[in-house]
Amino acid sequence: MAIDTKVGAYLCSGCGIGESISCDGLAKVATGECKVPFCKIKERLCSEECVAGIKEDIEREGLNRVVIGACSPRFLSDVFQFDSNVLVDRVNLREGVAWAHKPNDEDTQMLAEDYVRMGIAKVRNSEPPQAFKSEVNETILVVGGGVTGLTSAQAAAKAGYSVVLVEKESSLGGWANRVYKVAPYRPPYTEPQDSKIGELIHDVETNVKITVITSCLIEKISGQPGEFNVVLRIDGGARTELMTVGAIVQATGWKPYDPNRLGDLGYGQFHNVITGTQLEEQFKNGRDGEKFDGGQIKSVAFILCAGSRDEKHLPYCSSICCSASLKQALYIRERYPEALVYIIYKDMRTPAQHELFYKRVQNEDKIFLTKGEVVGLTDSENGSIAIDVDNTLLGEKIRIESDLVVLATGMVPTTLVGDVESDCGEAVAEATLDGKKAAESAEAGAKILNLTYRQGTDLPTLKYGFPDSHYICFPYETRRTGIYAAGTVRAPMDYSSAKNDAYGAALKAIQLIHSVKEGKAVHPRSGDESFPEFFLQRCTQCKRCTEECPFGTLDEDEKGTPLPNINRCRRCGICLGACPERIISFKDYSISMVSSMIKAVEIPDEDEDKPRILAFMCENDAYPALDTAGKFRMEYDPNVRVIPVRCLGSVNVVWIADALSKGYDGVLMLGCKFGVDYQCHFIRGSELANKRMENVQEKLKQLVLEPQRVKLLTLSIDEYAKLPGIFNEFVQEMRELGPNPYKGM
Amino acid sequence: MTEASITSDLLVVGAGIAGITAAVEAAETGLKVVLLEKRPYIGGKVTQFNKYFPKLCPPSCGLEINIRRLRTNPKVKVLTQAEVADVSGQPGEYDVNVKLKPRFVTDRCTSCGECVTVCPESRSNDFNYGMDRTASIYIPYENAYPSKYVIDPVTCKASGCKKCVEACKYGAIDLSQTEETINIQTGAIIWATGWEPYDANKLDVLGFGKFPDVITNVMMERLAAPDGPTKGKILRPSTNGAVNSVAFVQCAGSRDENHLEYCSSVCCMASLKHTRYIREQYPDAEMDIYYIDVRANGVFEEFYSEVSRDPKVHFHRGKVAKVSLDSSSGKLIVEAEDTLTGTRIKKSVELVVLATGMQPNVSGLPLDRSQIDGDGFLVSGGSGAIACGVNTRPKDVSAVVQEATGSVLKAIQAIKGN
Repeated sequence: MAIDTKVGAYLCSGCGIGESISCDGLAKVATGECKVPFCKIKERLCSEECVAGIKEDIEREGLNRVVIGACSPRFLSDVFQFDSNVLVDRVNLREGVAWAHKPNDEDTQMLAEDYVRMGIAKVRNSEPPQAFKSEVNETILVVGGGVTGLTSAQAAAKAGYSVVLVEKESSLGGWANRVYKVAPYRPPYTEPQDSKIGELIHDVETNVKITVITSCLIEKISGQPGEFNVVLRIDGGARTELMTVGAIVQATGWKPYDPNRLGDLGYGQFHNVITGTQLEEQFKNGRDGEKFDGGQIKSVAFILCAGSRDEKHLPYCSSICCSASLKQALYIRERYPEALVYIIYKDMRTPAQHELFYKRVQNEDKIFLTKGEVVGLTDSENGSIAIDVDNTLLGEKIRIESDLVVLATGMVPTTLVGDVESDCGEAVAEATLDGKKAAESAEAGAKILNLTYRQGTDLPTLKYGFPDSHYICFPYETRRTGIYAAGTVRAPMDYSSAKNDAYGAALKAIQLIHSVKEGKAVHPRSGDESFPEFFLQRCTQCKRCTEECPFGTLDEDEKGTPLPNINRCRRCGICLGACPERIISFKDYSISMVSSMIKAVEIPDEDEDKPRILAFMCENDAYPALDTAGKFRMEYDPNVRVIPVRCLGSVNVVWIADALSKGYDGVLMLGCKFGVDYQCHFIRGSELANKRMENVQEKLKQLVLEPQRVKLLTLSIDEYAKLPGIFNEFVQEMRELGPNPYKGM
Repeated sequence: MTEASITSDLLVVGAGIAGITAAVEAAETGLKVVLLEKRPYIGGKVTQFNKYFPKLCPPSCGLEINIRRLRTNPKVKVLTQAEVADVSGQPGEYDVNVKLKPRFVTDRCTSCGECVTVCPESRSNDFNYGMDRTASIYIPYENAYPSKYVIDPVTCKASGCKKCVEACKYGAIDLSQTEETINIQTGAIIWATGWEPYDANKLDVLGFGKFPDVITNVMMERLAAPDGPTKGKILRPSTNGAVNSVAFVQCAGSRDENHLEYCSSVCCMASLKHTRYIREQYPDAEMDIYYIDVRANGVFEEFYSEVSRDPKVHFHRGKVAKVSLDSSSGKLIVEAEDTLTGTRIKKSVELVVLATGMQPNVSGLPLDRSQIDGDGFLVSGGSGAIACGVNTRPKDVSAVVQEATGSVLKAIQAIKGN
């Protein structure tokens, strides 16, 4: 270690710790074998007096490391926080020992002693992080000039940030420009409203903080948050422009599902079968007769879910088509007062206040709503189109004759289809089959951002081609730090949701710039100042780190040596877990730190029947679950030694090898659920850990150890009640397997 | 002790998922934030949910991260049992008086739990919608933040008992606490006051309050939750026995002019999710869903499709007319008309779950009438009120988080005078 460590150890005997464990015994371990200069025991260590005392000691003794043996590190983190050069470790004696194990028991005491040894080893083998600071450009690039992009640009500019707004079309406005009106988004939610897109465009175009560039595509984006280098291709390549921006909002919107694939619903078969977007454009432009003969319209039928909620087309629901069709029905009522309007729907999906609009349309004369499924369209005798509908209310089959049929086609994200407007059907059909294809398809097809990242040109996508995010708790948890998707590119959504989303993404862009300036990580390790350092002289160009980083942090040179972009990094440590050469480390989280903790544990002789199990637990979910088990005073086997890790993906195989060669009898790895409904906050961490189990098994073979000695399980944070069983059973299994032969070697 | 006056850039009222999100997002953008919560713990309604749809992941997972973001960020100050008394001033310079109710437990509390073992009084547990009781000194739920006990002043005998005072080794109980008022100077206010479930007692034909086996969707969340009144085992309240048949009554009080005229957006997905809770515990249970429209918007459609493939989940399009009790069998009788088949349905089931809707929580807020619409939702923007979450529109958690994040930008604009 670079600097001398001066450690002070403090033990709390409150909250039942003192009644369960001999704190004097722990102090003896600390000051004796661990040679910590002093160790103090207090009745209530979190009291103001005690904390003040620690501060005095730090000052007087020049301590730069403090080990606190008390409650879980998840409590009172603000209380036990000292100067930034003082590294603190919290030894979990309360939830982890006293509350979960037999009081005054030899095994309980041994557990506590090991945790003290581990805490001391940990602070001795780590350093306080120092923030990574770099040049930061504060301009925000907004990609897409539709309502979401315009709103984002305006919102960020109003907060004082410079914005560059790029739009591939020659004018701003996107779809909002092409619709006649929008479904009501303000009280009383009963009449279609003006989109006010003209005002918004005017605002943006006249805002001195915003630079608008139309007819503009992105040729290339390299660099990292705070310093993205962007090459713009303007007017079909007539001009290129280079600029640097700090963060990016991607609001590239959607494309209508290709109606040419809806031959079953008469598109392309009948002249007067059109799509909802075509109807909007016709009303907006006031050119009746372009697509259909307005003079002849005596009846109009709207077919909802045309190509949506359909395994053959878009399996998902596009959310806004119900409201849009209701709105369009009113256009027809306004323009052709004598016409009858039929709306054929599967479920009328008008959530929230859209319901009020639905009710208003239901009460309108000459509008007939029917639930049903369209069987087919045929020519009717009188020259109109006959629509056969099955499964209607009361189980009847009905036939509707209509002069005009409007198909409510769904929304396809531009991340799936890029600029290909017409034939998006195939991409969708493929992509919806599985998420992986969607991702590949987006990489191959979209090419919107044209990132020069080693891992691909665009935001990774989930199933159906929507850009990835942990879409419940953290909808802005992007996999490309500093690039935030907003609006309909991310999910089908209505006008007001898109505006909200525009604000949200703009705030995240601003927040990112703020964080990068301070050298701090963004979500989920917000505020973390540590970052990975690479000892590249020993790199063998195996590319595991560059491939496995979920955030595309690392590019590569031509030989395959990683080129880190620290501002893209989210500090999960997955690269550290991936590296077979052990050359990646954080100041306060490293191979040597964890190895030292593993080695600090005393391994009893094999005839003592005290197996030792090491458990790596995800600090976000599995470890808090263990705390909860402790809070409920659930008892579990005291032979398990727990090390919380940043992510299960940060566990390096060498730690497992260290443990097994040191004589631990088994190793448990507990992380988050992976797969489609993954719960890992670093997206792929636990999945990667699981993949690496092959290497682990290889290692076990080399050591001539049984494969059962290492086990990976997934656990949700609320599955705390399962933990005692998991621990107890694993210890039992290891007992049955017999002691690790490396014990005592 | 709380200071008499606090200066901040932003005041967030309500610390549910909307308010917590707004507070942490703002603090991580450099704002100094005060986060107010009227309950003794933060997290609001999501703390009472078992799982989120459609991933079926526990809300405590995201809360763990959010609470870590809060507790490690010195820019946020959290005040619980706090309510806004009055507001004056304008964007950029608000003057807010806040009432702090006494907790009777001080910051010296370590949540060791000794007090509970001696408390002789008890209270109905509102966290579990009254389905069980706690001692009068209680922690709202095991992982509550702040991790401190609180005393219910209604059932506590105070100086007439003092057993907890004697039991507490850390001198953390102060029965002499009284309500305080503090002043907050702030540049912007975000109203994130959330929602309440629609009062099922108003739905008299559906039997809530009369028959114990008629429960609401929010109660189902607690019954299924591992830290709930039954430790996660879904049991019939009348018998504490297994559940073999369930009816879900959609739009219970929503899309109904006599109750809530709007759609509460999330109840369809919530009931679909509940079928999964039941199925996990009862592989053979029969379930009926009575609906008007199944609103599984966007990519939630996939979840709906999955549930539809369960051969023992039956969908009936129609509103439930009546729920009554068959006293001989002890089961409930659900009567409805299936409007797709034109048949009348009369089925006996063991449990009825009312998918009650969401009502915005705005009563008593010092806001102008013009900022509240006819259904009680806050109309954000315009004259300066910035709001987010379910108090502006019924929506799911992800949409709440989006709006809450965006509301911080509106606050920054307000502070900058734009």
